[in-house]
Amino acid sequence: MSSASGLRIIDLRLNVAATGNDIVDGVNLTIKKGRVLGLVGESGSGKTTVGLAVLSHARRGVEVAHGQIFCGDTEVLGLDAEAKRKIRGELVSYVPQDPASSLNPALRIGLQLIEVLEAHDFGGSHEARKARIKEMMTEVLLPGDDEYLERYPHQLSGGQQQRVGLAMAFACRPSVIVLDEPTTGLDVSTQEHVLKTIRQLTRDHGVAALYITHDLAVIADLADDVAVMYSGRVVEQGEVAEIFKNPAHPYTRHLVAAAPDIAGKKAIIGLAGRAQSPGKRPVGCAFAPRCELVEDACRVEFPAMVSVSTRHDAACIKATQVASVIVSSAKPESTRKIGEPVIEVSAVSAGYSGDTVVHDVSLTIRKGECLALVGESGSGKTTVSRAIGGLHREWTGSIRLNGRELKTMARQRAVADRLAIQYVFQNPYGSLNPRRTVGDSIVRPLVIDGKSKDDARRAVLEVLDKVSLPGSYANKYPDQLSGGERQRIAIARALVSEPEVLVCDEVTSALDVLVQAAIVDLLSDLRRQLGLAMLFVTHNLPLVRSIADEVAVMSEGRIVEVGPSESVIGNPQQQYTQSLILATPSIERSMR
Amino acid sequence: MKASILRFVLKRIALGLLTLFVVSLLIFAVTQALPADPAEAILGREATPEALAELRAEFGLDKPIVAQYTNWLTGVLSGDLGTSYATSTPIGEYIGPRVSASFFLLLIAAVGSIPLSIVIGANAALRRDHKFDTTSSLVSLILAAMPEFVVGTILTIIFSTTIWQLLPAVTYLEVGAPPWSDVKGLTLPVLTLLISVTPYVSRVMRAAMVEVLESDYIEMARLKGMNERTVLWRHAMPNAVGPAFQVIALNLAYLAGGVIIVERLFNFPGIGSALADAVRSRDLPVIQFLALIIAGVYVLTNLLADVGTVLVTPRLRTRLK
Ligand SMILES: Nc1ncnc2c1ncn2[C@@H]1O[C@H](COP(=O)(O)OP(=O)(O)O)[C@@H](O)[C@H]1O
Ligand code: SF4
Ligand SMILES: [Mg+2]
Repeated sequence: MSSASGLRIIDLRLNVAATGNDIVDGVNLTIKKGRVLGLVGESGSGKTTVGLAVLSHARRGVEVAHGQIFCGDTEVLGLDAEAKRKIRGELVSYVPQDPASSLNPALRIGLQLIEVLEAHDFGGSHEARKARIKEMMTEVLLPGDDEYLERYPHQLSGGQQQRVGLAMAFACRPSVIVLDEPTTGLDVSTQEHVLKTIRQLTRDHGVAALYITHDLAVIADLADDVAVMYSGRVVEQGEVAEIFKNPAHPYTRHLVAAAPDIAGKKAIIGLAGRAQSPGKRPVGCAFAPRCELVEDACRVEFPAMVSVSTRHDAACIKATQVASVIVSSAKPESTRKIGEPVIEVSAVSAGYSGDTVVHDVSLTIRKGECLALVGESGSGKTTVSRAIGGLHREWTGSIRLNGRELKTMARQRAVADRLAIQYVFQNPYGSLNPRRTVGDSIVRPLVIDGKSKDDARRAVLEVLDKVSLPGSYANKYPDQLSGGERQRIAIARALVSEPEVLVCDEVTSALDVLVQAAIVDLLSDLRRQLGLAMLFVTHNLPLVRSIADEVAVMSEGRIVEVGPSESVIGNPQQQYTQSLILATPSIERSMR
Repeated sequence: MKASILRFVLKRIALGLLTLFVVSLLIFAVTQALPADPAEAILGREATPEALAELRAEFGLDKPIVAQYTNWLTGVLSGDLGTSYATSTPIGEYIGPRVSASFFLLLIAAVGSIPLSIVIGANAALRRDHKFDTTSSLVSLILAAMPEFVVGTILTIIFSTTIWQLLPAVTYLEVGAPPWSDVKGLTLPVLTLLISVTPYVSRVMRAAMVEVLESDYIEMARLKGMNERTVLWRHAMPNAVGPAFQVIALNLAYLAGGVIIVERLFNFPGIGSALADAVRSRDLPVIQFLALIIAGVYVLTNLLADVGTVLVTPRLRTRLK
């Protein structure tokens, strides 16, 4: 095999050991030295399973069924246990998704770094190894002095932890590296640094990098090639520009249509349904149940990869024939009516046991308007929204609802005021009682309110309809639902009180892009139909243009810029906003 | 850093002393509430009222209860533990050797059971659902369900009476002689204690270890190319022993109670037999002092466990101010 090829995966299949059902199958990928291949797909599509197989590792309950993986000239799947240990960290290394949980909390980072070198006899002497660590720390832009190396992981920030992970991965000069969503959960400016470091290191050292992510914009920014996974299969692969400009597989087209972009299009379009788990996948094209181009031939066998152009293949029988037309269900903008101020926040400061973390924040949300509150983690977004919802104790200033002053805590407020402001949380699983049917969860506010059973049942059916779920869902339990469905239920529960204000705190952060787009769509519809005033709290800047009329940018507890979202994102005035926007990866910008 | 740990330890010691003080109050109150009269217990039912009154005065039992308590406490604090009613010897002389004999028993049981439990628990976790794990789980479940006297009796049947006559069924140890002077006699009591405690601790160790082995950082250690030994001892163990410490402490404290039964069973001259004798003869000063000692063991083991947990958990250690 040619030495220019850093990583080659040939016809890889992994099964659930207990059932023999395939988790991933028919995966073929090649990454040349010095190049980055982005592996995208929704959660559960098998990205991590493929990534771990490259290190000849399978999680408990998973087994390699067949296939070959060459890292350089070494086939790794057939190695014995000791040989596997030797190549891990030396020939091929891994950067995990969550640096906080992947660094050992009981060991100093210096030890965790040097033990990789020791395990692979890298450098010969202790001094040489220490020197190598210093060198690596410099490359990932961290101090390499002894004091720093003696720290424990919890004494570093998330971005620093991830850079320690990178230093560890590059320490033995591997020829292949697998990065599994290494920037998920990091703030954009931290992510920018980490991505820059990754790009630098892979190019400089001629490493073949498999970069796993669900974020298309990151791939557009970082990768040379892309492979799109759906239900355990690679459905499309090729050069980045080819795929983003001319996606051939209907699933890829949907992914691109659903991805919000800070520099590009505004409307994002969701897609109903979900991919099936191993064992329940349909025969033939796994995307068929959701594909608008489906025909009988699709359901016979898995479509073969066909060449779309020289460096672009797709596994769809219609890949070369028609371009699908993905239409937005969103209604025209002009019907939106923005009215009187509903919520007026003025000079609110808030804190936790004496430490003020929010300073002098003033905001107005009007009837029918969506205000996005954006900022990096810890900037105070949630504290502000909790103060509005009456869920935060320590705040001063004034918050008015329709001109009436609100009490500090929700339980001190009048019932009508309490019902008028509803809160939807980031994690719907945490806010739904797992032992209650979703119908019961939804009616609780009504029961407390003293409504009759029939009225309550009617109200449940009505709100389920509003969030586009069939009435039968009232009898399901939260763990029978997908993430997107749970979030719909959480919204339904908020709507049942017929609120005037909906506070949504990172409600799409845990969702895949297609689901996120569908939820955003739903929220926009509701706002239009019901004339809701909405506060949409998010760290996801690109999403702002797709949902909000107005945006307020928060940093370190203060609002640094506020205005119509088009002008704030398109033409930011404050330096902080400008740097934030520049740090946010964008498909459009990368394709220019 | 060092100073902050010292401060933490001192704080815990102060808290422990406070606990002991409260316990001493309780002990005193409870022993005072015992229905029987020590003077009568010593002199018998036919004693004249005068003789009884004289003896009570000698013991200070005629004084108000608060005065009795402060007398006792100042005595204990100044090293004067009082005199045994029953044997009329100073308590230090009477109890001292028995306490050290019991501590010795406890110490060997602890020193044996902790590493044994860790090794069994860790290995069971490593070979989860394999033969070693299922067998050790089953055996430890059975052993944990058996009270000490059953374990002790079975061991006696096996090793000293019915099956083999290898070891003595009782300890022939002079009071005051060092316990290790009768190794053979010591074997069965120690074995009984080991068997009573090891199953609990090893099960806890297994559970803690299973959780740690499932963690991301263990997977990462393997993906870095660490060998299994390093993964187990360097990466997994420090994270598993922290939670296990608490249970180990509870079990050591429980051992202090278990020792009493085991000592009775093997006629071992420690605090167990002394306590039983003292209760029979209403020997208040001895009962009070022994109760205080046992409480002290509880407080001490818990203190050691808390300090140990903090020391092996950097997140807790670095939080100390
Ligand atoms: N240990 C396991 N045993 C059985 N099935 C698993 C196991 N781990 C993952 N799976 C299944 O394999 C599929 C792919 O998972 P994964 O590779 O983690 O996807 P991704 O990284 O794309 O989110 C999922 O449907 C998941 O339910
Ligand atoms: S093969 Fe058929 S069902 Fe599958 S993506 Fe192509 S057109 Fe749609
Ligand atoms: Mg994954």
